[in-house]
Amino acid sequence: MKRFFDVELETFRSQLIRMGETAIEQVRAAMKALVESDASLAKRIIADDDQIDALEVTIDDEAIRYMNLRAPIASDLRLVIVGMKTSHDLERVGDEATSIAKRAIRLGAEPPLKPYIDLPRMAAIALEMLRDALDCFLQDDEAKAIAVCKRDAEVDNINRQLYRELTSFMLEKPETISRAIELMFISKSLERIADHATNIAEEMIYLSKGKDVRHTEELKKSHNQPAA
Amino acid sequence: MADLNRSIPAVPPVTAPLAGRAAPVPAPADEAEVAFDIRDFSLWYGTLQALFDVTIRIPARQVTAIIGPSGCGKSTFLRALNRMHELTPGTRITGTLLLHGEDLYSPAIDPTHVRRRVGMVFQKSNPFPTMSIAENVLAGLRLNGVRDKAFLRERLEQSLRMAALWDEVKDILGRPGVSLSGGQQQRVCIARALAVEPEILLMDEPCSALDPIATAKIEELIRDLRTRYTVVIVTHNMQQAARLSDRTAFFYLGKLVEYDATRTIFMNPANRQTEAYVSGRFG
Amino acid sequence: MPATISIHPSAAQQARRRWTNQAMSAVLLACALAVMAPLFLVLYYLIREGATSLDWHFFTQLPKPTGEAGGGMANAIVGTLTLLAMAAGIGVPFGVMGGIYLAEYGSDRANDWLRFAADVLNGVPSIVWGMVVYALLVVPFKTFSAYAGGVALGMMMIPLVMRTTEEVLVLVPQGYREAALALGIARWRIIVVIVVRTALKGIVTGVLVALARVAGETAPLLFTALGNSFWSHRLSEPIAALPLQIFTYAISPYDDWHRQAWAGALVLMAMILLINLIVRVLSRERRFT
Repeated sequence: MKRFFDVELETFRSQLIRMGETAIEQVRAAMKALVESDASLAKRIIADDDQIDALEVTIDDEAIRYMNLRAPIASDLRLVIVGMKTSHDLERVGDEATSIAKRAIRLGAEPPLKPYIDLPRMAAIALEMLRDALDCFLQDDEAKAIAVCKRDAEVDNINRQLYRELTSFMLEKPETISRAIELMFISKSLERIADHATNIAEEMIYLSKGKDVRHTEELKKSHNQPAA
Repeated sequence: MADLNRSIPAVPPVTAPLAGRAAPVPAPADEAEVAFDIRDFSLWYGTLQALFDVTIRIPARQVTAIIGPSGCGKSTFLRALNRMHELTPGTRITGTLLLHGEDLYSPAIDPTHVRRRVGMVFQKSNPFPTMSIAENVLAGLRLNGVRDKAFLRERLEQSLRMAALWDEVKDILGRPGVSLSGGQQQRVCIARALAVEPEILLMDEPCSALDPIATAKIEELIRDLRTRYTVVIVTHNMQQAARLSDRTAFFYLGKLVEYDATRTIFMNPANRQTEAYVSGRFG
Repeated sequence: MPATISIHPSAAQQARRRWTNQAMSAVLLACALAVMAPLFLVLYYLIREGATSLDWHFFTQLPKPTGEAGGGMANAIVGTLTLLAMAAGIGVPFGVMGGIYLAEYGSDRANDWLRFAADVLNGVPSIVWGMVVYALLVVPFKTFSAYAGGVALGMMMIPLVMRTTEEVLVLVPQGYREAALALGIARWRIIVVIVVRTALKGIVTGVLVALARVAGETAPLLFTALGNSFWSHRLSEPIAALPLQIFTYAISPYDDWHRQAWAGALVLMAMILLINLIVRVLSRERRFT
């Protein structure tokens, strides 16, 4: 039987999706600003972070109100709780995108250290992970969510490889240290974004199956691979 | 001691950019039309005082819930709103009770007229046993002298539709009112109350005798009625009050302890007793 | 005597208990039969003595003069029915309205006194009623009349109907009155259209029971209706009634009249039985699906 407060849950879901899409857009735009040295785009991204922050507050507020006044049970309750946690992850993703944009402005002032290949590759994977994790929200696909968790290893690998490359750069040419450090931080941000995507995927599994898979053996194995 | 008259509007949801939130919360605008304006209202049953200086303003076209433990005076207060307490001999009141500015207790007013404007639905559904469903719904009109058959037919269908019962009973309108299920009977009683077109609908624990599905149907109905009627509902079901109402009043021992937006009462009540009651730690 | 009582009775105890159970059941059955016995006795005697005299003549002919054989009780039967109709005309309106007053109006204390008065009146011997109505309606008008008989019976009905009406009205749940009040319906309308209508079956039952009671009253009629060997053409004349006729015939020395008295008693009994049967049928609760 349809109840009058069902529409509130629908609104809640669409707000989450909107926040996810906004976060994805911020990351993509930040990378674009970096690769194309577009300072004005970067400044816009930094300003737009307010939207994501506002959405986090709205979603949390709405979640608390819904739990308080509607006493949700079962999947409704899981939805509300997952929504609160996901909004937190997405807000952090937005902050990372802002951080990338800031560094893009600083890097844009000087010529690039080397052609941007690895960072865009990392970003692409991280964005795909985010997209897939948010798709689970609409599709209830546990396999997809697990695949996202396993892909985190790829991003971690590229990050480690980039660290080694940049370290050797810095040792050979000390004048590149400031730029190299910015790049390392950007790589770290992208790795963090992938981690947040993994968190979101775990939350989606909880939402659809009621199973809390965080820190379980199944997923730990894929996370922590021995250093190559 | 909580200030009984404080009225904090709900904080508007944040859609504006973050900077906008830093602005101070705007002063409560008197936008809501007031249905009942009650000041220092006290009620005695003989020498026993049942209500103590209740001051409250109930907004129009919203659902106001009245909650409180047994014997706190919530039913007494509800019945005072349409002078039903006068059935018991020996009751008297002091204070003012205005309905859209009119004093309901002034000597010039006939209590029967008050009850036509302020309808009531009771805890136990009570369709008249000697009447059919149609006769029940139209009882308030026919027994007040309305004879126009076309008008009555139209009002019958209108009221039953408003009570979300038309489709279920339109073919069995001649059956006795008591032959329906409990939830349907209660909806017949609601249709009966609506048929006389009151301004206010008072509901005294309307769902407490019903199963969850019948309760859900009536809650949906109350939610729909909200756009046209002012509803005051007494309930001991806290979740129901939280779901349905816009404002909630907490009574204890005949006093109005706290009255505020429902969200505030359930999330962040100002009074310790209110918090104890809504979180189930009372008594 | 054992110090503790075991929950498992011994075989002897069990046997004793069973015997006691059966003995008591037999005693109670005997008592119930003893209560029923008079009714069967009465019916048996009435039918044995009176059934043979029930013929067409009995129901259509007037009583023959003293000593002549034959004749009937046509005027007495009609007379009883007339008197009952008049009694109902007085007893029902006053009794029902009195009952409504007791149930819906008045204060607790005043109503208590009213009930007390009604209960006392219910206990007044019927012959006293007869004497009172004699003084009120027979002496001033210098004639015995059907009116007087009807009034006497009617006044006996009033307290009975009043109490039974009040009892049934009080049984109507307060919820209906409240619901009607909440619709803004006037108080008297609520009482007439909703409360009384709901209790109607009970009120009718009460009226019928009172009628059955006064149908057989003889003493009040002795001083008021007096009895009549012929048809009464006006209600201000004396009128025949079954109990009166039975009385007259029964104490007479004539066998024929004795025979007719038995028949009259049988007819009277049949009337009362019929009324009680109707009451039973009405009292049966119809269940709604």
